[in-house]
Amino acid sequence: MSSQDLLQFVFSGLTSGSIYALIAIGFCVVNNTMGIVNFVQVDFITLGGMLMFSALFALGIPLAPGLLLAVAGVALVAMLVERFGLRPCRSENHLVLIFLTVGLSIILRGLIKLIWGKNRMALPPLTPDEPIRIFGASVLPQALWILLLTLCAIVLLTWFFYRTPLGLAMRAVASNPTAAAVVGIPAGRVRLTSYAIAGALGGLAGVLITPITTLNYDVGVLLGLKGFAAAILGGFGSFPGAILGGVGLGLLESLSAGYLSSAYKDVVAFVVLLAVLFVRPKGLLGK
Amino acid sequence: MLQLEQVSKNFGGLPALSEVSFRVPQGQIVALIGPNGAGKTTLINCITGVLPTTSGRINFRGQPIEALQTHQIARFGISRTFQNLKLFPRLTVLDNVLTGLTCEGGDSMLMAMLRFPSLRHRERQLKLRALEALDRFGLANKANWPAAVLAYGDRKRVELARATVGRPDLVLLDEPVAGLNAEETAEVAEQLKRLRSAGHTLLLVEHDMDLVMTVADRVVVLDSGRCIAVGSPDEVRCNPLVLRAYLGQMEATT
Repeated sequence: MSSQDLLQFVFSGLTSGSIYALIAIGFCVVNNTMGIVNFVQVDFITLGGMLMFSALFALGIPLAPGLLLAVAGVALVAMLVERFGLRPCRSENHLVLIFLTVGLSIILRGLIKLIWGKNRMALPPLTPDEPIRIFGASVLPQALWILLLTLCAIVLLTWFFYRTPLGLAMRAVASNPTAAAVVGIPAGRVRLTSYAIAGALGGLAGVLITPITTLNYDVGVLLGLKGFAAAILGGFGSFPGAILGGVGLGLLESLSAGYLSSAYKDVVAFVVLLAVLFVRPKGLLGK
Repeated sequence: MLQLEQVSKNFGGLPALSEVSFRVPQGQIVALIGPNGAGKTTLINCITGVLPTTSGRINFRGQPIEALQTHQIARFGISRTFQNLKLFPRLTVLDNVLTGLTCEGGDSMLMAMLRFPSLRHRERQLKLRALEALDRFGLANKANWPAAVLAYGDRKRVELARATVGRPDLVLLDEPVAGLNAEETAEVAEQLKRLRSAGHTLLLVEHDMDLVMTVADRVVVLDSGRCIAVGSPDEVRCNPLVLRAYLGQMEATT
């Protein structure tokens, strides 16, 4: 095995790792403000791909505005899920709320199946699929787009959380919900925002990854599971942890697929995940 | 300004507050005293909506607030501190105080996202006010420290700054000097008097009788969830019921 191969595996690991990181951050945002695991995250990924597909082929919108529209569309659906799916539930019990997200996830997946059908579809990449050679490794332009847009999303999120009043309110709720209510921060608005962000991140992940995989009504399930695992690996709730966990999981998968066997890539990744959690039960950067 | 009528609170059938009624007049410092377990903190929690009341009415400026949610009550101009400090430990000192201005930000999410210049101008104003508040409490040089690393006295100051920066009409203070030394206590007493002269109304839960007697205009005494006396500090000090329930017990132990 040459160093070129290694570079090739690293690139492919970073690509899928970025996607896992986006999904993992989506899980963390909702967890930090509501204290629950939001299983609807899984379907936000699928929905992103589906909306992009419809924007391109049903509405004939160009790629860049189509991407923005798809991401905004998922964010809107996510807000509807929170407002009309979770808010009316009067229970404070987290288990009830988590199970509610499982139910909402099944409903949303059913709707997606109803609207877009069960066929596999193909989404075009953002730029033509001519591999680019970087230090001897061949990289798809879509992979570079994934890295770039993930980075943009992370920068934008950091700016939002640390430079805007709403971001401050969200950090306050994550830090101490009672104190946040006492200073007048409306919990409802913060929850709605966290769902919008989770939806946008899931949607972006879906738009970016489905040209590489394929697109069908349950493509988000396995990806979402990986993103969830990445969030756990990094320490559930921690954003740097989610990024580290996502990239770590992506690299583990691609390196074990490359050097051992692609049949074992999930096995190796999850064995390492378990091993890390035995030593650090709260994840790599968990509190 | 604040009026409680027959406020009761039960915890699973156990009464923590039984038909408590009293008034907090505008511009005064009212002290709420009573032995441990008398229900003082429970009462503060009921007023701020942190706990729902079982029965009774709470009016603020003539409006019923007992059925509102905590953040709505905050928007009426009621702020509070906590006995066991509830800061945002991972936020900086400045950000902690800035959250105290939440009620004045009051913009829609879309507005906050679009960031109009007028909005940015107002954000700068709010930040300046937060910095002024830090200055008042002698914390200006620690503005960018995470709240978690501060010493206990400083954390109490941050909470007081957060509770007062938004110029609320009514501030509820749950044991503001507990755990502070004599010097710091005197400093807090000064701050309380300054707040009163600035037009704030204060409801103070406190065990430190010297502080209560020096700053309070009115004293409300709770014992086992009942309001047993209301009056000026001198009246309360001479009230035999109070002496038996609380003050005598204090003197016996100290």
